[in-house]
Amino acid sequence: MEEIQSLMHGFGVALSPMNVGLMFIGVILGVIIGVLPGLGGANGVAILLPLTFGMAQTPGGATSAIILLSCIYWGALFGGAITSILFNIPGEPWSVATTFDGYPLAQQGKAGQALTAAFTSSFVGAFFAVVMITFLSPLVARFALAFGPPEFFAVYLLTFCAFVGTSKEPPFKTLASMMLGFALAAVGTDTVTGTLRLTFGSTHLLTGFDFLVAVIGLFGIGEILLTLEEGLAFRGAQAKINMRVVLDTWRELPRYWLTSLRSTLVGCFMGIVPGGATPASFMSYGVARRFSPDGDKFGTGKVEGVVAPETAAHAAGTSALLPMITLGVPGSPTAAVLLGGLMIWGLQPGPLLFVEQKDFVWGLIASMYLGNIAGLIVVLTCVPLFAAILRVPFSVIAPIIIVICAIGSFTVKNAIFDVWMMVVFGMLGYLFKKLQYPLAPLVLAIVLGDNAESAFRQSMLMSQGQLGILWSNALVGTLTTLALVLLFWPLVSWLLARLRARSG
Amino acid sequence: MSKGQEVRAAFRQKSAELAVAALFLLFGGIVIADSVRLGFGWQEVHGPRPGYFPFIIGLIMCVAALINIARALTMHGGHNKTFVEVGQLKMVLSVLVPTAVFAALVTWIGIYAAAVLFIGFFMRWLGKYAWWKVAVVALGTAVVLYLVFEMWFKVPLPKGPLENLLGLG
Repeated sequence: MEEIQSLMHGFGVALSPMNVGLMFIGVILGVIIGVLPGLGGANGVAILLPLTFGMAQTPGGATSAIILLSCIYWGALFGGAITSILFNIPGEPWSVATTFDGYPLAQQGKAGQALTAAFTSSFVGAFFAVVMITFLSPLVARFALAFGPPEFFAVYLLTFCAFVGTSKEPPFKTLASMMLGFALAAVGTDTVTGTLRLTFGSTHLLTGFDFLVAVIGLFGIGEILLTLEEGLAFRGAQAKINMRVVLDTWRELPRYWLTSLRSTLVGCFMGIVPGGATPASFMSYGVARRFSPDGDKFGTGKVEGVVAPETAAHAAGTSALLPMITLGVPGSPTAAVLLGGLMIWGLQPGPLLFVEQKDFVWGLIASMYLGNIAGLIVVLTCVPLFAAILRVPFSVIAPIIIVICAIGSFTVKNAIFDVWMMVVFGMLGYLFKKLQYPLAPLVLAIVLGDNAESAFRQSMLMSQGQLGILWSNALVGTLTTLALVLLFWPLVSWLLARLRARSG
Repeated sequence: MSKGQEVRAAFRQKSAELAVAALFLLFGGIVIADSVRLGFGWQEVHGPRPGYFPFIIGLIMCVAALINIARALTMHGGHNKTFVEVGQLKMVLSVLVPTAVFAALVTWIGIYAAAVLFIGFFMRWLGKYAWWKVAVVALGTAVVLYLVFEMWFKVPLPKGPLENLLGLG
């Protein structure tokens, strides 16, 4: 098995003392980021990304940098469960479903049990997703090596149409927010002709809007403003995890193997589709409630109700990296930020990565196994410490977070202008969140805008302006047709609902 | 001020929807205008002009914005809930305004001094902490940030007259 061999080589890269050290640092930072209001996986990684510019220049440094950043992501995924269970505050949107049964458990004094179940099932979900990535991604990459501009554009089209078709938000709001992202990506120098676009004579805009600044503002500042509406105090349950509770819970968990399996499948599948982690967690909670013998007791504090969403969210969060490393199309905002990082470090994400940067890719995949083990150890041993962070009053922690966000925005391009832009994006983030304009497609469009545009223009050049090229062979035709079906899905389901209402 | 006034709606859903959709329309219009300036048509040999792709983007944005405006206008009374209460808006503004001032201050006095003032103001005004606690947290944060960014990661952050005076600039 070629994959096993490559993976073993990857372990060799990832297991250097420095990389293992970075893994633990990353996970600890990630959990803190996941626990703190206003900092989440996406903008935590965005803030720390500029600090890795120097690191990535050294030989093998890009691998260390991606290990650090991806471990922050795992940490943030784990951290979301802590706030959901102890404080009934989902730190990340995909932990919302965890609060349904996690918080009641904590109120009954079984916080330790709930947390152990959450962490363990997160680990299980992530583990299976990594196994899938190990064996599936070389295949997908090999397949994608034959892609030309029309195929890539069709993949981008599919990604963005999937947002319209699958998101809970109103389709025209999704569309508006996505187009805003594309427009922001177009600002600055046109990558093909070198013409200045949408700069209106401003020198600040010459290099365009940076997606990192947008992420920090939209998710960081916007989230803090939203949290403030709810008031300043957090009240939470006490958390104590000792070895006994862990072992007792572990003895109970195998009973829910079927739920775990179902949730893993839902998660892996939904993770590959963009924006998947949040719907995956809700969906698998719903499925578990329907099929479990205790289904009607869900919501009153069932361990199974914690297992289902956590397994799925982690499986989805992890498998979101599969399209990112193989096709260069991220499945989640955080994966989008990681992808942006690769481009800044001078790596071109996409199928060629598997050919030209073997150390990097397999080091990253190996670090996913190790990072999740590191994560499990860290969270199981340090929960009281992390919970204590949430007890720091908001009026102390909020300004510090805002200052850190400002520094993060500044360091992207050493421009104070970006600090102002962060504030503007913060206001937009607050408004958009409240009005149900989804942020994920906006961020993805800013990151992928230039690539999508050049794929489109190259395709149009190839065909001399005929859109027919998007149906020129079976592969590209299928992708494009699927994209259009997803794009018009809201309309179709609306029509179907009306028809059914008339006949019924 | 009575409690009733604090929970009164500062803005309703409909006005917020209309304002944001109008913003989208305006921005889409700007994108279209600039694409027209650049040329959005087809050029022999070179293919699409620079404004080709943004033009389509701007067009879709404007159409989506118009539909969102129409949907907001036809919103029924029951859906026109409170968008934000007066009390909530005050809370949000009490953070947003200092943050904007902080961002402006960075230009003049550097990020460290601005951070000390910002954290100090926040803790004293919103948190009502004792002065010594305010001083410890605000100055402590600035020192930690200095050590992490300037010393460890060697990333220079914006500095002002104060740092020059201390010989750190």
